[in-house]
This record gives sequence, C-alpha cells and structure tokens, in this order.
Amino acid sequence: MQFMLLFSRQGKLRLQKWYVPLSDKEKKKITRELVQTILARKPKMCSFLEWRDLKVVYKRYASLYFCCAIEDQDNELITLEIIHRYVELLDKYFGSVCELDIIFNFEKAYFILDEFLLGGEAQETSKKNVLKAIEQADLLQESQAEDWGSLTNEDLL
Amino acid sequence: MPAVSKGDGMRGLAVFISDIRNCKSKEAEIKRINKELANIRSKFKGDKALDGYSKKKYVCKLLFIFLLGHDIDFGHMEAVNLLSSNKYTEKQIGYLFISVLVNSNSELIRLINNAIKNDLSSRNPTFMCLALHCIANVGSREMAEAFASEIPRILVAGDTMDSVKQSAALCLLRLYKTSPDLVLMGEWTSRVVHLLNDQHMGVVTAAISLITCLSQKNPEEFKTCVSLAVSRLSRIVSSASTDLQDYTYYFVPAPWLSCKLLRLLQCYPPPEDGAVKGRLVECLETILNKAQEPPKSKKVQHSNAKNAILFEAISLIIHYDSEPNLLVRACNQLGQFLQHRETNLRYLALESMCTLASSEFSHEAVKTHIETVINALKTERDVSVRQRAADLLYAMCDRSNAKQIVAEMLSYLETADYSIREEMVLKVAILAEKYAVDYSWYVDTILNLIRIAGDYVSEEVWYRVIQIVINRDDVQGYAAKTVFEALQAPACHENMVKVGGYILGEFGNLIAGDPRSSPLVQFNLLHSKFHLCSVPTRALLLSAYIKFINLFPETKATIQEVLRCDSQIRNSDVELQQRAVEYLKLSSIASTDVLATVLEEMPPFPERESSILAKLKKKKGPGAVSVTELEDSKRESGELNGGGDTAAMASTPSPSADLLGIRSAAPIGSAPTSTGSLLVDVFSEAGPTAVNDDGFLRFVCKNNGVLFENQLLQIGIKSEYRQNLGRMYLFYGNKTSVQFASFTTTVSCPGELQSHILFLNVQTKLVEPLVEGGAQIQQVLNIECLADFSDAPLLNIKFRYGGALQNLTLKLPVTINKFFQPTEMTSHDFFQRWKQLSQPQQEAQKIFKANHSMDIEVLKAKLLGLGTALLDNVDPNPENYVCAGVIQTKSQQVGCLLRLEPNAQAQMYRLTLRCSKDSVSRRLCELLAQQF
Repeated sequence: MQFMLLFSRQGKLRLQKWYVPLSDKEKKKITRELVQTILARKPKMCSFLEWRDLKVVYKRYASLYFCCAIEDQDNELITLEIIHRYVELLDKYFGSVCELDIIFNFEKAYFILDEFLLGGEAQETSKKNVLKAIEQADLLQESQAEDWGSLTNEDLL
Repeated sequence: MPAVSKGDGMRGLAVFISDIRNCKSKEAEIKRINKELANIRSKFKGDKALDGYSKKKYVCKLLFIFLLGHDIDFGHMEAVNLLSSNKYTEKQIGYLFISVLVNSNSELIRLINNAIKNDLSSRNPTFMCLALHCIANVGSREMAEAFASEIPRILVAGDTMDSVKQSAALCLLRLYKTSPDLVLMGEWTSRVVHLLNDQHMGVVTAAISLITCLSQKNPEEFKTCVSLAVSRLSRIVSSASTDLQDYTYYFVPAPWLSCKLLRLLQCYPPPEDGAVKGRLVECLETILNKAQEPPKSKKVQHSNAKNAILFEAISLIIHYDSEPNLLVRACNQLGQFLQHRETNLRYLALESMCTLASSEFSHEAVKTHIETVINALKTERDVSVRQRAADLLYAMCDRSNAKQIVAEMLSYLETADYSIREEMVLKVAILAEKYAVDYSWYVDTILNLIRIAGDYVSEEVWYRVIQIVINRDDVQGYAAKTVFEALQAPACHENMVKVGGYILGEFGNLIAGDPRSSPLVQFNLLHSKFHLCSVPTRALLLSAYIKFINLFPETKATIQEVLRCDSQIRNSDVELQQRAVEYLKLSSIASTDVLATVLEEMPPFPERESSILAKLKKKKGPGAVSVTELEDSKRESGELNGGGDTAAMASTPSPSADLLGIRSAAPIGSAPTSTGSLLVDVFSEAGPTAVNDDGFLRFVCKNNGVLFENQLLQIGIKSEYRQNLGRMYLFYGNKTSVQFASFTTTVSCPGELQSHILFLNVQTKLVEPLVEGGAQIQQVLNIECLADFSDAPLLNIKFRYGGALQNLTLKLPVTINKFFQPTEMTSHDFFQRWKQLSQPQQEAQKIFKANHSMDIEVLKAKLLGLGTALLDNVDPNPENYVCAGVIQTKSQQVGCLLRLEPNAQAQMYRLTLRCSKDSVSRRLCELLAQQF
C-alpha cells in the first residue's frame, strides 16, 4: 500500500498515512485530486478505480471516506477488508466510533493504525492482539496520570 | 463536545481543537492558529523549563496544526527531547511527531537515531516497537545506514517477543525498499525464510511481506520459501473456520495471510517437486470448490475475504498458465461473477478475465461470455466497469468474433464517455486491421470510425488506412467509391476530407467511369470542403488537385483556374502559397511525360509494426495491450486473408507529414517545402545514424559555428577546451512560429567510446521540455577526455512539432585534436623528436588532392585552429608547414608532430603525422586529410 487517507464528506482530511516518500507539495496535490475524484462518484459505483498508475480502493463509513492506494499486483478485495478491519479496531477502541472521536483523538487513530499496518503491509490482523497492544500502552499512561494531575489549570491554555 | 474516552486527555488540546472547529471562516481559523503558534513559541523559548507533559501537549498541538495543512517550522527539538522521556505517552507523541514531520536536518537525525538506538537496546518490547515503527514510518537513508544491520538480528533472535518480530520484519521491508544496497540478508536468509513456519500467525503475516519483496529481487536465494509457503497454505485452506481463532475473519481462515502466500508463490514458476506441486494444486482446487459452497455468512466481509483469496488463486493459476483444467474452472468462476449483483465483483471478474483471454488454454472459454460482456459494455452504470468490459472485448477478439466485437465497439462509441473515446478508437482501428478478412470491411470500419468519432481519430489511424489502401490494389477501387460516398454527407469530419483527398488523388480514376463520379464531380466535391478546412488539410487538397491534373487532363483548366486565384497564389500562409505557385507552374510548363513521372502513384509503403499498436502501447503502458499481443499478431498474420499476402498487413510506412511525398516534385527547381522536408520516421526505433557528416568535419579546425540547420531547427555550437577538459555550449533555435513540445536531448558515446570520453553534468536550461516558436534554448556539456578516441559522440534530439515526433541524431564535433596543447620548439628539437618517432606504426601519411584554395593564410589559420603550434623556420623548405603539440588525456599525454607539404602545381598535399601513439597518428591523419 502506498498511502491511506481518511476524509469527510465535506472533503476535510482527517487522517493521512504515507508509506512512500513524497514531498508535502505532492502529498497535498494527490489528496486534493483524490478527494475530488472520490466525492464525485455515485453511491452504487464500484469501490475500485484506476488512478495514475495505482489502484485506489475506497469505502464510505457514515460521514467518512477511507481510501487506500495500492500497487498493480495488490489485491483490491483484501484491501477493502483492511479498511473494514481498521474501522472495527477504531470502533472497538472508542466504542461506536464517530468522526469526532477521530478528530479529537487523532493521535490514537495513528497509534492504532501503526499497530495494524506498518510500512504499508498488515502487521497484525488479529483484532484482539492489536487492541491488547493499544490497551497496554493506555495502562502505561494511566499509571503515570497522577504525575500531571496538578497541572490541569495551566492545561487550559 | 465528545468525552475524551480513554487514556490521558490533554484538555488544552481538546479545547484548542474545539476552538478550531468553531471557527466560522478560514480567516478566523488562521487567526486562532497564529495565536496558538505564538503561545507555543513563547512557551518553548521561555525561561521556565517546561515539564514533560506540557511539552507533549504543545508538540501534539503543533502536530494537529500541521495535519490541518499548515506549515510548522519549529518544535522539532522539543519533539526529539520527548523521545528520551521515560514516560511512555511522551515518548509516543515524540515519535508520532517525528514520523509525520520528518526533517532532513542532519543534526536532528543524529539525535533521533540516538534515541531510537537507546530504545532498541532497552529490551522493553513496547519501547522497541515504538522505535521500530518510527524507523518504518520515516524509512530514510540515514536510518537505513544506522539500523539496517541491527534489525535482522532482532528479527531472528530467539528471545525477541512476537510483537517486536512483527515490527522488525516490516521495518526491514521499508528500509529494503528505500535502500536495498544497505539491507544485506546474507547469513540471515534461511532463518528469515523459516519464519513462514512460525507458531504465531501474526509473525508469519508480517514476515511474508518481507520475504515476498526479497524473493522478487533474489528469487534464487529465497526459493526454499516455495515449499514452506505451500504447506502453510495447505494447512490454512484445510482448516475449519474456527481453528485459527482470532485470525479467522468472518468465517474465513486467515484471509490476509492466504492472499500473501498465494502472492509469494507468484514470484516463482510452478514447483518442480511433484509432491509440493500436487499439494498446491489440491489447495487451488479446494479454493475453487469453496467458491461454489453456500456462504457461511451474509455479510459482505465474508464474501470479500473469501473472494480475495479466490482472485489471488486465479492470478496464480494464470501465472502458471500450465493447468488447462484449472484455467477453465477459473474462467467459469469468473463467468459467474460477470453477472453478480456486486459491482466490485463484476469489475474484478472483467479485469481478471482479460488476462485469461491471452492464455491459449482459456481463450476459447473466455469467448463463450461474449454476450455478457457486450451487455456490460452497454448497461453498466459505472464508466470504470464499462472500461473493463471494453478491455476484455479487445482481449477476447479473434477472427471468429471480430466483426461482432468491432460492430459493438463502434456502436458503443456513439455514446461513449469522452474519457475513453480515444483509446476505443485506437482499439477498433487495431482490431479492424488485425482481423480484416476482406479489406472492404476494413475500409468501411475506419470510415465509420471517422464518421462517429472523427475528433478522436488520431493521425496514426488515418495514415494507416491510407497505407493499407495504397499497398493493396484489390481494395483501391472500393476505397475510392466509399470515400466518395462518405464525402457526399453535408457535414463531414475534416479527417474524412483528408482521407478522401488523398485517396481520390491517387485512385479517383478507378471510379471516374461512372458519370455520377466523373472527374469534375469528384473535384467539385473535394473543393466544396476546401474553405472549411485547416491549413494542413488544404495543403493536402492542393496536392490532390495537382494529382487530378495528371489523372484527368480534362480538369486541368478548372484546377489551374482555382490555383491561379488570389486566395491561393497570394495566400498569407507560405506553405499554401508555395504549393499553389509550384503546382500552377508545374502544370503549365511540364510535358505530360514529366507530369506523369513526377506525380506517379505512391509506391507501396515498407512494412513494419503497426503504428497504431505502438501508439496504444505508449498510451497505456506495456500492460495495456494484452501480454500476448505480439505473439498473437504473429500467429494471426500467417493466416490473414487466407491469401498469405501478409506484407501489406504488417506494414507501417514512415508517415511523413505530407503523404503525397512532395519531395518527388523537387525536380522543378524549388527548395523542398517545409513539410515535405520533414520526412521523418515517427515510429522507427532503429539505431541512430548521424545526419551531419559534413557539418561535423567543418568543426575539426574551429570551435564555434552552426552545427546543423533544417527548416525547423538550428543548432549552434560554441566550445572551449583546456588541457583534457572541454565545455560545449549548444544553442537550439526554433525557426518556426510553433512550439516544440517534449523537447529532449541525449548525448551518447557509442561502443567503447564510453570509456574514452566522459560527459559530465550535462546541463540544460530546460525547465520545461518546451521550445517556444522563435525561441532559443541553451545547453552546456562538460567534457573530459579520458583516453584518446576516434569515434564521435552522438547527440540525439527528439521533439514534437505539430503532431509529429521529430528525431534527429548528430555527431558532436568533439575530436581528439581539441585536447591539443601547442608546443613551441626549435628546428633542432623538432628533428630530434621526429627521429625518435620513427617506428613505422607511429607514422601516418596521406597524399591527397586539394579540396579548397591553397591560400597560405587560410592554411595557417586552419593549422592554428587544429590546436598545435605552427613552427616557423623548422622545415628547410619554406613552403612546408610543421606543427607540434601534445594531446592531453586523463590517462596519458600523446606527443604529435605534423608536416604538411603542399604542391601548388599539382594541387596536391602530402600530410605526415608522427605521434607517440599510433592510433592518434591514424585518427589525426584521417581528420586532417579532409580539411585542406
């Protein structure tokens, strides 16, 4: 996989993950172009499209579009299920995930993605194992929570 | 506002995000962001040392601002500081910031690498994973340099935790993709391959991506993975849906791993070991069988996962292309999908069938689905699916169904989406030609193509129909008649006028017997379109008129009248005016015999690969035309037309811009007209032959001047040399008023010249590969002479002028004498050295007739231009010239002495060279003998 983008129906980018080195300018250009192309497509259309020399696989969940660009020899259907598994992971973690969860906890969305996919390939496909890794990390931070408990006033800045 | 559900809520961050969301305008958002940036900047700069939590919070805010699409130019240092925090969350945010906002600031990379190194050696698996994720996300060369040798060790170590192994495998994959030279598997190879046997499915899933990539690059070293992959696959395929616990996805056991295993096997030919192969075939059969079983769930995830494996298995079957039984079964399975209610499946089935169509085992099976595919072309609502259907029709076409398929494609063209029309036109043109049984059908098809989609018919297509008509005399009469009828339409496409003008100009006589298409009727029909056409078409029509005068003397008066009128003979377009003037003159002064010779029928075009096919390949890349396209055409061409006359079929001429070959009109004493002189071969990929031998020799004794000039382009040259180095400035001037597009130049050194001359930093000032009309661009070549040489380097220039590709190869005037250092010496020294160079092979001599004036000053100037010192008072005979110099190459210096003895009476010269290297004597002698 070369990159994954999450964007809203209004075309706002919510998450971007690039597995190939590209300049910021190029990334913005690709994002603009793809968001436009996909938003223009009608509901019942095919989830795959040829784009430049890549294959784009996308799926809409409520207000969010999940979109992956894969290479020629990659499997479209399994990529659709990569998207679905990621949505399941987010859903399980946040408890009925919605767009706002991803906006306010964007860093978590990235952490979960890193546990699931690394370098554009599936690292761990078991839902249980991914969530276990994330929850372990959360435990680590909760045990440290009291350290900064007294600073909440300044926190509002 | 949503509750921040888990972990540490950073309230300040949440408040900031809410604020941004509440901003009513872009301006308000930017204002809020700037306020925040100022705040963070002051915190970072402030005297009070920030605690870890605040640092984390601000770094996270910066990250959020960056992800909104704003530039962030500070905070990197604070993020790097977080990496060495011993609090997990701080470290985690630090790594996230680094992963998203890598900066190639080398100072920073060193610090980052240090932090990563510490975490990798911490033996804390959570920290190790964070560090590995960061390397995999950034994947820079610096990181590869620092860690590429360490990570394989972590990957195969017995005591590494599974989760760390998974990260290490994919981290290594990423580094291998960016810096393959730094990732050396060597001793680890076998242990990495054996990860396929690992107990932990997650480890296998991660490792197999790495193994697949490495196998593609080094298949031999990794080939033991084949049997391991087969047995792993076999275990998964035969397992019950509950066996693999959490690796079962919607009742499908390990779909990701299965797909990856099947993908890995596609890097290799079918297993040679009979047992392994048998087991694999069994797996593939099981997968095909499962597709027929009723679904275990109605969820789309179930069917997607199941079908993902099925499509990957079919890809493997197609890759092997050796199991007829499996191929046909695959084809039938795909056939079922063609009518599936899921658009995604129909799309993939069409795509996959395209490759099946090119296998000899399944070609016939694919053909049975023709009606379904035609129906898809007509009824699919999604253009990308229709495109696949068109591709498949093209791939399944052969002689048996060509008429049907071409007819369907033509009728689809009438309503086709603009985005795919041009490609459709090319495909129809190719199929019509490739499978033409009778040429009247071919001509009809192409004329229909022009009628339906004239705008999308590229030059290649209409050139092609003309080439074929010219090469096949049995279709010429039919073509003339059909084109005449097509031109009757009140509005016809300009491409139709071009084809009509050309064909009637050549073969109008074949239908002139019929009073309804008498010569004058033909002429009037063509001329009625004249005023609506563009300049190139009018130029073509004028040529058709002069051909008419030859074919039908009775039209002479009428046509001369047309040529003579002011709008022709004084046309503001030079090309049209010139043609009108020349043709008028030609028709009035030339005798019938001369006219008949000059305007003879075009000779058959030489045969070559179809130019249209070449265009389609170029347009879509090599994968677009079915893989077996070329074999196909070979296979088919043998039986074409049943007549065995295949020469005409496979032919492509050089489509000159002027099909009438204006060059043949040159005898009337005019310079070739501009389009006429552009007889360039657009599609030939033949090796370069330089066209400027004369031009090249003019530069032996001088460094500046015009290297090449034609109607379009002028190339000027300025060069300077010092020791064994040189610099050459090339000036490319566009002489036309039209832009040159895709302008590229390449310098090459044929054969062993490569190791003798070095071109360094070939710089062009071309920001864009365009040369505007009337403009000049400059290119600088830096040259280093490594050893003495004889051949000339070649300069190849390619560009598009109008529609046509121009391709030009010139010899660059870099000759060995350019690297001369003049050497002054006395008569005594000269003769002493002359004697030292007395071995026969060191001397080269030539006696030749003077080609130019023997004027003393001219001779002297040339000898000085050669680069040597011209020595006075050395030769006892004052009429003679002697020169001395040293040729500087990187590897050695070659001393050269020269003596030129003119004989004014006989108009002859004797030239003698003695050099310390015999190849130099010979080359200099060759070069100089043509200078005087």
